[in-house]
Amino acid sequence: MSQPMIRLDRVTKTFPGADRPAVRDLSLDVGRGEILTLVGPSGCGKTTTLRMINRLIEPTSGRIYLDGQDVTDTDPHRLRRSIGYVIQQVGLFPHRTVAENIATVPELLGWERERVDRRVEELVDLVGLDRELLDRYPGELSGGQQQRVGVARALAADPPVLLMDEPFGAVDPIVRGRLQDELLALQERLRKTIVFVTHDIDEAIRLGDRMCILNVGGVVEQVGSPREVLSAPASAFVAEFLGGERGLRRLGLIPIGEVELRRGPMVQRTATVDEARRVMAREGVDWVGVLDGDRIVGWVASGELPGTGTLEELETRPFLVTVDRSTSLRAALDAVVTSHTRVAVVVEQGRYVGLLDVDLIAEEITE
Amino acid sequence: MTELIGQVVAWLTDASHWVGRDGIPARTVEHLWLALAPTSAAVAVAVPPAVWLAHRRRFPFLANAVVNVGRAVPSFGILAASFVFLVPLGFDFRFWPPAVALFALALPPVFTNTYAAIAGVPRHLVEAARGMGLTERQVITRIELPVGMPVLLAGVEIALVQVVATVPLAAVIAGGGGFGQYIVRGFAQGVAGRVEAFAGAVLVAVLTLGVQGVFRSAERLVVPSGVRRMRRERPVGRAV
Repeated sequence: MSQPMIRLDRVTKTFPGADRPAVRDLSLDVGRGEILTLVGPSGCGKTTTLRMINRLIEPTSGRIYLDGQDVTDTDPHRLRRSIGYVIQQVGLFPHRTVAENIATVPELLGWERERVDRRVEELVDLVGLDRELLDRYPGELSGGQQQRVGVARALAADPPVLLMDEPFGAVDPIVRGRLQDELLALQERLRKTIVFVTHDIDEAIRLGDRMCILNVGGVVEQVGSPREVLSAPASAFVAEFLGGERGLRRLGLIPIGEVELRRGPMVQRTATVDEARRVMAREGVDWVGVLDGDRIVGWVASGELPGTGTLEELETRPFLVTVDRSTSLRAALDAVVTSHTRVAVVVEQGRYVGLLDVDLIAEEITE
Repeated sequence: MTELIGQVVAWLTDASHWVGRDGIPARTVEHLWLALAPTSAAVAVAVPPAVWLAHRRRFPFLANAVVNVGRAVPSFGILAASFVFLVPLGFDFRFWPPAVALFALALPPVFTNTYAAIAGVPRHLVEAARGMGLTERQVITRIELPVGMPVLLAGVEIALVQVVATVPLAAVIAGGGGFGQYIVRGFAQGVAGRVEAFAGAVLVAVLTLGVQGVFRSAERLVVPSGVRRMRRERPVGRAV
């Protein structure tokens, strides 16, 4: 990581009249183009931390740098216009149309009318909204649509940094899942630096390139990628906060492609029966898989092999489980278990890549 | 009773009552002027501090206190007092004493509703606005005022209706007083004047309703349509 996009350096915030700090001595770097999720129970100071980045709250002590620049050196209004901000209640202005809402920051920045209009249309397309909604008022939109407008509004002036404060907290689980997918797809294209506050650990795991787990009083318990955190929680608090099925959830984050697959007992269908027998003996199994070029055809049990000839004229049986290389280990394991077998054939765009069996998954679990 | 109504109608349709300095048109202008001038002054004086205080969330108790003080102070008392104090100073006795009394009458509902209007703007709107880089002034003018406009205008409407209905009081002390002239003069004549007094009362009622109607139509032009829609979905309680 070169210079971090956002750096919090020993930041403490004590609100007037409070006997203990809301955030204590917090240091944290957020890399360029990464999503960092800030997650923790209520009272952990995650929102306070977020709001200190755009100076809606001023820290009691410590420094915050944005792209190497101390944020207190910038006029707060100018600073905020250069940072996208999305909140849970969305906060769309009810007296302004969708288009006017999205245009808020560009107008503050004094963009020309035409440029604003073009940008607004670009953004509704980007977040997957119908252009017909542009002249509607927020009160006429569904919760999911409002949240998309909120994201479009935050992205309007193309800020490098996006601060999101439980943006999907108020929508139902199905819409939330869709919005999460959309955010990830959007991020794939835009590569913003995003700090995302949530109290939902699953959301933090799903969205975060890295996650920062805070305890009450703004104490950092652990910072790391979701996989690191799931495989090695730094404290009892983190372990408890992560909840059950930690190992399985971690498997859910690992694509099959990352595991070294077995080549398996595979022969071309043009191979001779003798060749097939040799391969079975080498692998120590009593069946052999049959390939046609790089396509998988099926398998044959050793007892069904004739005395001589090639495999070409044999009837093969289909493999029960075929999964794509991008599938998670968790999904692959589930597929294997539910079809009462031990192996899954892994393909990539239809081409045979290798075999995944329960032992390989077990190795990954114990790692 | 029917006889009285007939006489009142006859009085109101008598052509001679529609001309001259004491005619209905002239008295209408006088009445409106006596109502609009103090109400406008009250808006000008009460709205800015109420907006500022509510924006800063300062003195939340003030909103209620002001309206209670307003209820406690008698308009007639202020009218009499300002007559005593202002007229010797050379102020026009037909205008200034009632204007001061009516100004005092209009002030509390305008102040209280303005405060409630701004304080009632959902916090998350203000937070979103600040988070996007609006200055405090822009938060007030672009967000809080338009969103709070219905409640604010409700206060102005209450003030205006009260003032229009109270203008006749001026006639008792100061002459003038718009339609109050008819009422006071009618009273002075006893039974013989009851038709004129009644006609005056009818005119006051009609004018009050008329002013309210015009105000509501104007309100529709001023309140942003998105806010009107929001108001239907989530009614904002009218203060007062």
